[in-house]
Amino acid sequence: MDLSLIIMQLLSGIALGAVLVITALGLTIVFGMLGVVNFAHGALFMIGAYAGLYLASLTGSFWWGLLLAPILIGAFGMVIEFVLIRRLYGRSIDDPLLLTFGLSYILVEGVRIVFGSDGIPFPTPPQLIGVLDLGVGIFPRYRLFVIVLVAVVLLALWLTLEKTRIGLIVRAGARDPTIMQVLGVDIGRVWLAIFGLGVGLAALGGVLAGPMRSVNPEMGSLVLAEAFVVTVIGGLGSIVGAVVAGLMVGVSISLVALFAPEMATIVMFALMAVVLLIRPQGLFGVRGRTA
Amino acid sequence: MTRPSSGEVLAKPATSGLDRILDHRVLLSIAVLAVLPWLLPSKALAVNVLIYGVVVMGYNLLFGYTGLLSFGQAAFFGAGAYFTGIAIGRYGVPWFVAVPIAVLLSTCLAALIGIVSTRTRGIYFSMVTLALAQLVYYVALQAASFTGGENGLRGFTVDRVNLFGLQVNFLDPVNKYYVLMAFAGLAMWVQSRILNSPFGAVIEAIRENEQRARACGYDVERSKLVVFMLSGAISSLGGCMLALHLSIVPLDILHYQTSGMIVMMVLLGGARSFFGPFVGAASFLILEDVISLWTPHWQIFVGAIFVLFVLFLPKGIWGTLLDVLGIGKARR
Repeated sequence: MDLSLIIMQLLSGIALGAVLVITALGLTIVFGMLGVVNFAHGALFMIGAYAGLYLASLTGSFWWGLLLAPILIGAFGMVIEFVLIRRLYGRSIDDPLLLTFGLSYILVEGVRIVFGSDGIPFPTPPQLIGVLDLGVGIFPRYRLFVIVLVAVVLLALWLTLEKTRIGLIVRAGARDPTIMQVLGVDIGRVWLAIFGLGVGLAALGGVLAGPMRSVNPEMGSLVLAEAFVVTVIGGLGSIVGAVVAGLMVGVSISLVALFAPEMATIVMFALMAVVLLIRPQGLFGVRGRTA
Repeated sequence: MTRPSSGEVLAKPATSGLDRILDHRVLLSIAVLAVLPWLLPSKALAVNVLIYGVVVMGYNLLFGYTGLLSFGQAAFFGAGAYFTGIAIGRYGVPWFVAVPIAVLLSTCLAALIGIVSTRTRGIYFSMVTLALAQLVYYVALQAASFTGGENGLRGFTVDRVNLFGLQVNFLDPVNKYYVLMAFAGLAMWVQSRILNSPFGAVIEAIRENEQRARACGYDVERSKLVVFMLSGAISSLGGCMLALHLSIVPLDILHYQTSGMIVMMVLLGGARSFFGPFVGAASFLILEDVISLWTPHWQIFVGAIFVLFVLFLPKGIWGTLLDVLGIGKARR
């Protein structure tokens, strides 16, 4: 086994992890702010991939799909929050979870009605076809693009949360929504925006994953489990945790696939079990809320 | 009107006549199940209600009575079915030995998953149980030489069962129904005993207020693990019944969609009620049957109905009915 192969596999893992990070981030932000675990997150990831594919074929350009699908699906997420989830605040924490689970059935079956049950190939954009020589080995351009784009999105998200007034309101709202309301902040609108952002991130993950996986109505269920594993390892509600755990999971899947392919899907669950036995609240989680 | 505390559950206060009926909830449930094949449009549907009823009943011990929303019950349902099938098909074990072995092994699996998952709380618990159940799914998928992988487990047949010298033809749906009903009756009796025991009061105390239960001196962690194992054991019995019924085990049984279906059934029927799981299983399966007659996309309707239940009828059909009649506040 030569070194360049391992390095390339490592990079593949980071690309895989990058998609996981974006997806798990949406899940963890919504939980951190709203206390809602969105069980429809995987279904919305899948819808994002379909929306990206549809918009790309409509406009003739992958880039429009990449830009518009997250915005469109994010807006759809806001409708979901406004019409359904809003009614459940203050009720048992299980209720939003159960509701979004029912919603995922509707979304998956809805996609089957519109696009059929069979998988659809998602073409790689022409500018990103082919491989790039990195000196130590060759690497697909598209995967490199995914890594860079996710890094940019993460940076933008971090800057917004840490350096802007909106970020301040969001962070304060996560700590104490009641005080924010007293201070005259319409917390309902903040929650609406956060849910939209979370769903938009799921859709972005879906579009990015499109050319790497096949697009089919069932693709969301595996992603949901993966996103859960990442958030559980990282610590529910922790953004740093989602990033670290996402990359950790991506890299371990990739490296294990190199040595024992049949163990690749299993390794992340084993990783989660080990982390939970040592730290029930996850690597960056706060004790008390969940464990 | 105050809600009776868990202690009064044990004291069995004499209340209305309707309430007293619930003292015989096992016998009543068995009586209803005994006539079920003649109430439903097909015998096959009745067998499925029986099987899923037992699975959901085991799950209700965890979700309804202890308040632990697990999303991984399919692991035990599937384990029961796979262990039964493997014992009969691969090792030639007679069915009445295979079933207890399968339940025992599934309980061990529940102990393993329970040790990891009961360390977490709330929503975390739901996510961890789902993830660990998916792990079981992938293990079954990979261990194809044992489980048949994607094709499911085949190659074991149960067409004639020997009931202590009496040969019962398993190809006759009515005979099969009543043999499987014996399992369901046993499961109900065990469940009723658990709920009426001091342990049953402890798990309800944990549901109502975990910190308080801990302060009262109960070992909350151990109780959660034990109830997780008991719940897994009862649900795995449903899996054994499925294996005997179908003579195959589809891989889908382990998928998280199955776990979700179990959650849907318990909510449709009514969590926290003794007979609710059977009502839930029956209504889900009838719904699926009826809607799939006129559209292949029945899941969209089932999903919508489920969402409406969460929003407007969180106590489910049976739970709401009991509430309206005002009976069984203390023990359901």
